[in-house]
Amino acid sequence: MRVLRELIRRPSALFGLVVVVLVLLAAIFAPWIAHFSPDDQLADGLSLEGAPLPPGGDHLFGTDTLGRDLFARVLFGARTSLIIGLVANGVAVAIGLLVGLLAGYLRGAAGNLLMRFTDLMMAFPALLLAIALAALLRPSLWIVAMVIALVNWVQVARIVYTETRGLVERDFIVAERSLGAGNGRIILLHILPHLMPTAIVWGTLGIATTVLLEATLSFLGIGVQPPQPSWGNIIFESQSYFQDAPWLVFIPGAIILVTALSFNLIGDALRDILDPTQRGRL
Amino acid sequence: MAFFLARRLVQAVLILLGVAAITFLLLYFLPADPAVLIAGRSATPQMVAAIRHELGFDQPLGMQFLHYVGNLLHGDLGRSYTQKTEVLPLILARLPATLILMAAGIVVEVALGLTFGIIAAVRRGGFVDRSVMMLSFVGVSSPQFVVALLLLYVFAATLGWFPMSGFGTARHVVLPALTLGVLGAGWYARMVRSAMIEVLRHDYVRTAHAKGLSGRRVVLGHALPNALLPIIAMVGIDIGQFMSGVVVVEAVYGWPGIGQLAWQAIQQVDVPIIMGVTLVSALAIVLGNLLADFVAPFVDPRIRSQ
Repeated sequence: MRVLRELIRRPSALFGLVVVVLVLLAAIFAPWIAHFSPDDQLADGLSLEGAPLPPGGDHLFGTDTLGRDLFARVLFGARTSLIIGLVANGVAVAIGLLVGLLAGYLRGAAGNLLMRFTDLMMAFPALLLAIALAALLRPSLWIVAMVIALVNWVQVARIVYTETRGLVERDFIVAERSLGAGNGRIILLHILPHLMPTAIVWGTLGIATTVLLEATLSFLGIGVQPPQPSWGNIIFESQSYFQDAPWLVFIPGAIILVTALSFNLIGDALRDILDPTQRGRL
Repeated sequence: MAFFLARRLVQAVLILLGVAAITFLLLYFLPADPAVLIAGRSATPQMVAAIRHELGFDQPLGMQFLHYVGNLLHGDLGRSYTQKTEVLPLILARLPATLILMAAGIVVEVALGLTFGIIAAVRRGGFVDRSVMMLSFVGVSSPQFVVALLLLYVFAATLGWFPMSGFGTARHVVLPALTLGVLGAGWYARMVRSAMIEVLRHDYVRTAHAKGLSGRRVVLGHALPNALLPIIAMVGIDIGQFMSGVVVVEAVYGWPGIGQLAWQAIQQVDVPIIMGVTLVSALAIVLGNLLADFVAPFVDPRIRSQ
């Protein structure tokens, strides 16, 4: 509750919070908000010359090149993009926590091995690795989520590793161990709770990265496959018409930007609130 | 210091070996059977088996990996499935275009980032400072392909200042380089700002002010050199970001570099090309970081004396 109150006090975080809540509501209630089905190629969805309709009138965001209502597609696209954002990033943070915690707690050869592997993953350009994986795996929604998780856990692992190394040296852990506590107990009850702020901050910042990465993969044609709408593939489908029907590219584009920005602003504010030592550093 | 650099060099080689191992395992364990892809749709099982034998896919895993690394060391990145040529010449032919684009992008990013980062640090809390802090977030939250299309829409399609796509003259470089550089510039400025603020706190900066040097000389002549180190390390890391960025940017602008090569290969599931570009990019990232390590002693005498 204290965290929420502090968030609301910051204008930029409040903006982010409002946008995120709106997007969540839009995704959840998409079937009730939209007047049209996202897949319907409407009879009056194209002009007499067969061109998509600009925003206004019956179609808030206009229609796309197949005469489908863009507003409905964006609403249902929010579902795809958010599911991937939450699932992929949840998995990435979980892997990052596990690897970082084990490497930091075990140290020695095993810990070293884990961290060298993490370094190795850092040497890969994330997007290219995701492209290679997605191109080979015949993408579906869940495959795309897994691909993104597989390239995004690395940063979390590094940060968790550093924090765990610091924690293990602290007196209260040494005391706990001398009292006879087992490794499982120390990790779960004494180290993990201290890592929660980091997990929450990266859980939020990472959603922005994930939403962007999904959009980029879909834009390249190897993300979520049409006709299932995602913000990225809506743009992918109409990119060659961007001169004649700019709304088809720039409305979803602006929505991706504002959504990613909101998660970043919330994450940044959370970092300040949860970890006062970092305040103003970056 | 020599010891430190030697160790970094060994680490770089080990990382490259690991990168090769991962791309190899990806190729090995993925469901798409390369022999089937090469043979084409109308191939008989015998033809597939023959191709598999010819490519050595019927040998044990360890042998295949050694063979793979051996080939890599000879510059053999395999053959393209669709273009029926070696992958390395394809990549090398397109590398210069990508390097030009990346260099231009880095120039844009560093020029903007340095300028605004320094101003933000000197005038803390001022207009530039607050804008940098805000815009850095917008930059990292922007989908690169949308920005690329937006620049095309405004400056090429509507205003007609720059060509829509292609390669050749200086005017072709402007929009792609801006797309690559502008988004990262905000974040870069943020890094420069925090490095500068750290340095500006020191006593020697106050001394420089006290002995009557102009503000410009104190900031650029005394403070900046000491803030450069993290800034150079950033460029090394950024090369990785850029390698990812070129795929999108080259696809949108029709820039004939390795990013476009990769993008075309994606459409045709031409795995050796995708893997080749990934390997070359990883090499660029490792080299970029290594370069930052090697430049550091020249920038900062304190490292040289260690």
